[in-house]
Amino acid sequence: MSGPNGAGAFRTIRFRLNGRPVEMAVRAFETLADVLRRTGQVGSVRESCGQGLCGTCTVLVDGLAISSCLYLAALADGAEIQTVEGLASGEKLHPLQQAFVDCGAFQCGFCTPGMILTGLQLLRENPDPDEEEIRRYLSGNLCRCGAYPEIVRAIRQAARNGREEAGT
Amino acid sequence: MATLTQVGQQVGQVGRSVPRLESRAKVSGSAEYVYHVAVPGMLHGKIVRSSVAHGRIRRLDTSGARAQPGVYAVITGQDVLRVMPDPHYGPAFHDQPVLALDKVRFVGDPVAVVLAEDPHVAEEAAALVEVEYEELPAVFDELEAARPGAPLVHEVIRPATTFADLKHLAGRSGTNVAMEYHLRRGDVEEAFARADYVFEDVFRTQQTAHLPLEPFVCLAHPEGPDRLVIYTATQSPSFVRSEVARLLGWPENRVRVRTAFLGGGFGAKLYIKLEALAAACCLLAGRPVKITLSMEEQFLTITRHPTTFRIRSGVTRDGRIVARACEVWWNGGAYADISPRVTQKSGFTASGPYDIENVRIDSYVVYTNRPPTGALRGFGIPQLVWAYESHTDIIAHRLGMDPVEFRRINLLSNGQPHATGTPLTDTATREVLEALAKAMEWDKPLERGSGRYRRGRGIAIGLKACVAPTTSCATVVLYGDGSVAVLAGTVDMGQGSDTALAQIAAETLGLQAEQVRVVHPDTDVTPYDMATLGSRSLFHMGNAVKQAAEQVRDQLLAIAARALEADAEQLVVRDGAVWAPGGQSLSFKELMVHRFGMQAGTLVGTGTYLPPYAKPDPETGQSEEITPFWMVGGCGAEVEVDTYTGRVRVLRLVNAADVGRAINPAIVRTQLNGASLMQLGMTLMEEMVLEQGQVVNASLAAYKIPGFGDVPPVVEAVLVEMPHRHGPFGAKGVGETGTFAVSAAVANAIYDAVGVRIRELPITPERLLAALRRSGGAGSQEGEEG
Repeated sequence: MSGPNGAGAFRTIRFRLNGRPVEMAVRAFETLADVLRRTGQVGSVRESCGQGLCGTCTVLVDGLAISSCLYLAALADGAEIQTVEGLASGEKLHPLQQAFVDCGAFQCGFCTPGMILTGLQLLRENPDPDEEEIRRYLSGNLCRCGAYPEIVRAIRQAARNGREEAGT
Repeated sequence: MATLTQVGQQVGQVGRSVPRLESRAKVSGSAEYVYHVAVPGMLHGKIVRSSVAHGRIRRLDTSGARAQPGVYAVITGQDVLRVMPDPHYGPAFHDQPVLALDKVRFVGDPVAVVLAEDPHVAEEAAALVEVEYEELPAVFDELEAARPGAPLVHEVIRPATTFADLKHLAGRSGTNVAMEYHLRRGDVEEAFARADYVFEDVFRTQQTAHLPLEPFVCLAHPEGPDRLVIYTATQSPSFVRSEVARLLGWPENRVRVRTAFLGGGFGAKLYIKLEALAAACCLLAGRPVKITLSMEEQFLTITRHPTTFRIRSGVTRDGRIVARACEVWWNGGAYADISPRVTQKSGFTASGPYDIENVRIDSYVVYTNRPPTGALRGFGIPQLVWAYESHTDIIAHRLGMDPVEFRRINLLSNGQPHATGTPLTDTATREVLEALAKAMEWDKPLERGSGRYRRGRGIAIGLKACVAPTTSCATVVLYGDGSVAVLAGTVDMGQGSDTALAQIAAETLGLQAEQVRVVHPDTDVTPYDMATLGSRSLFHMGNAVKQAAEQVRDQLLAIAARALEADAEQLVVRDGAVWAPGGQSLSFKELMVHRFGMQAGTLVGTGTYLPPYAKPDPETGQSEEITPFWMVGGCGAEVEVDTYTGRVRVLRLVNAADVGRAINPAIVRTQLNGASLMQLGMTLMEEMVLEQGQVVNASLAAYKIPGFGDVPPVVEAVLVEMPHRHGPFGAKGVGETGTFAVSAAVANAIYDAVGVRIRELPITPERLLAALRRSGGAGSQEGEEG
C-alpha cells in the first residue's frame, strides 16, 4: 500500500491504548481516528463530520479530549490514549457509563462514546457542574437523535453519585 | 389462551421502561455498526460527482485516475451496464441510474467510482477523473419546474411496480410533474361562496438534510461464485435485496443483505442508496467494495422536500371551518425516490385534523435539479402541519378567538370520518389538544414583556396516517435450552425497536424482555419486512412478533398438556415455565427435553401482519380504510424574541402525542422529545443553501444542527394513551409524532410575542428581524411577512 503522490512514507509510533502498548506504522497525513480504527481494538472511534465539529470521534489523549479526526496520528507518539473501551473495571461499568444507561442517555448510540469522554473530562475538572456548565462544556458534541436532556441528566447523576462515593 | 396477553392481565413486560437491551454495548463501544465492518481484500470506493446541475456528459476520461499508483479500477456508468443491463432504480419510479449514463441532473450526481485499497488514494484519484459536460438549462424551484416549457429533468418517467400502494403510478413524458394526488369532498366552491370569511395563505419550507452521525456506508462482497453479501446501514433490507436482485437479474436468494445498529437513519437510509453501486463495483472488480460517504456527501444523497403550500379556508362568523382548499407543491429534486408516496399519503392529510365538510386537495411532486428528496422523519407531515396550523392560528386571531378554543370547535373527534372518508378509529385528537392546553396552562395569563425581549406561546396539532398497505413477517424460535430469539427485519436505528419487540415477545411468552434475543436483519435469516419507516414498525412488526410468539407459546402449552396430563386451556406461561392450576410447572427447557428426548430441537412460530386497506378512489381520493392507524401529535412552545436581533429562544417545548399504549414509556419520551428537537433545528436554523444548484453549506460548519445550547430549558413529553384495537397491546407508532407540530407552534408563539407572522422556514434571526422592521416593531398586530 503506497500513499498518493509519494506521501506513503511510514514512521513507527508507539502509544498506550487503554493501558496496553501499541506500535503502529503510520503515514504523515494519517489522523489518529484512521490509525485507531486500524488497530481493530476500538469500535468506539468513529468519524462523522471529519472537521472536528461534531465530537463523535472524541478520544482522550493524555487525559485531554480531542477530535481524533483532526489530530495527526504522528503526534500521538508516546501518548496515553483512552477510549470508552477502557473505562469499565471488569464487569463494572464506569459510573458515568452506568449513568448513561440508567438515564437512557442515547438513542442510536453513535455519538455516545464522545459524549461520555467529554463528560468524563468535565467531571475531572469540576465534580459538581450545574446544567448550564454541562451544556456549555459539551457544546462541541452533537447528537442528531436529540438525547440532550437525558445526557445532561446522566452527567448530573454521575456527579451526584461521585460526590456521594467521595463523601462516604 | 388469548386471555394471557390481554391488557391488564399481563406479566409486566408491556408498559415497563426496560433500559435498551444494547445499553451496555452502546456505552462501551462494542455496539455493532456497518461503519466498522471490514473483510479481507476490501477495496474502498470514492464517488466522482457531477459539477453541473443539468448537463449531458460529452467526455469522461478516467486515464489520469487509473494511472495513479494504488488505484485498482475506475468504474463508470458504461461499465455498470455489463452487470446491470438496465441500471435504473427507485421505489416509485425507475428513474435513478446507478452511475450517470448520458445526463447528470444535479450537482453531486454520481458519475464514476474510483476503487483502491487505500481510501486516501481513492479520494485523491477521484479528483483526477475528467468530465466534460454540455450544460443544459436547470430548474430549482418547484413552481417554475411545473410550468410548461420548463427544462425537463427526465425526458421519460418510468414507474416501478414494487409496492402495492404505488402500482397505480403511470409513465409520463413532457413534464416535470412526476405524480399528482387529488382529494374531493363536498362542494368547495359553493361553500366558499356561502362562508362569512375566506382566508388564503401561502407557506413555504426549505430543503433540509437528515444528517445521521453515522454516514451512509455499504460493503458488498462475493460469497462463492454466484452469491453477493451486502452489509449496509439501511432501514429497508428486504427492499435492498429485491431491488439489487432485480437489477442483476438474479433470484432474491442469491443476494444476502445484512444490517447492524444504525447510527441514526431518520428516513435517509431507505430504499437504494449505495447498495446497487457497491454491488456493481464488487462484481466488476471481483473484490469486496466498501463505500463510506462523507458528511458533505450526505447533503447530496437524500434530503427533505422544499414545499409551497397554498391554503384557503372558508369560515363562518361563529368559527366553523366549512371549506378548505389545499394546493401542495413538493420539490422532488432530481430523482423521485419515495416522493410519490409522500405526495399521496401525506398529501391527503393536508386539510388537517379538522372536521370540514368541503375539502379539495391537490398535491403534486415536481422534478427539479436539486439533490433528491425523500422521507425525513414525518414523511411530509411537518411541512403540511407548519402551513395548516399557522393558517389555523391566523384565522383564529382574525376572528378574535382563542387559538385553542378555535381548534376545539373544529377538531375531529375519535370515530369521526376524516376528509378521506376513513374514520378516526381509536384516535385521541381531542384528548391530545386538551392534554397540551393543560400542560401549557393555557387558561392562565402569560407575562409577555414590553421591552426588548417579548414572550409568547403557541400551540399546534397535526395528524398523520400510517402508511398502508405494508407487510411485516416475523419468526420466533425457542431453542433446546428454553431460550428465545426473535428474527425480525426491523432495523434498530435508535428508536429502540429491539427492546420493544423483545418486550412484546416476552409478554406473550412469560419471560423478561432481557431474556429475549432480537436477531438483526439478515435477509438469509430474518423474514420479509417492508421497511423501518413511517412509525410503522411497532404496530406492524409488533403484531407479527406477537403472533409468532403466540404460536410458540401454544406449542409449549400443548407439550405441557401432554406431560402434565392437563387441559391446555387451563395452563399459563410465567417465569419461563408452563404452570398448571394445581401449581405444578415445567420449565421451557424441561418441556423441550420432554418433546425431543434431550436438550434439542427448535420450536418455531411465525407471524405475518398485513393490515386491511382500501385503495383511494383515483378521482376523489376517498377510501373507507386508508390507514391502519392515525397518529396525533401536538406541540406547545413558549418563546422569547429578542426584538433587537430577531433571535428566538424557545423556553419551553411540550410534546403531546397519542401513543396508543406505551410499550416502553421511557423510550417513548426520548423518541418524542428527540424528534421535536430535530424539528426545532429545521424550524429555526437548518437550510440547505444552493447557488446554481450547488449546495454551498454542505458541512456542519455552515449548516448548523441543534446542539446542547439550542435545547430549550424545558422539554417535556405528554403521553396520551388511547389503545388501538389492532395495535399490539394497543400500541401505535410514535417515531415521527414529535416532529409534526413544532414549526407551527413556534411560529404561533412568535406571533403571540411580537405580532409578526412568518410564512417561510427557517425562522432565522435575519428573517424575523426583517419582518419586525417591516411591521414597525414589536407589538404591532399588523405585522405580516410578505
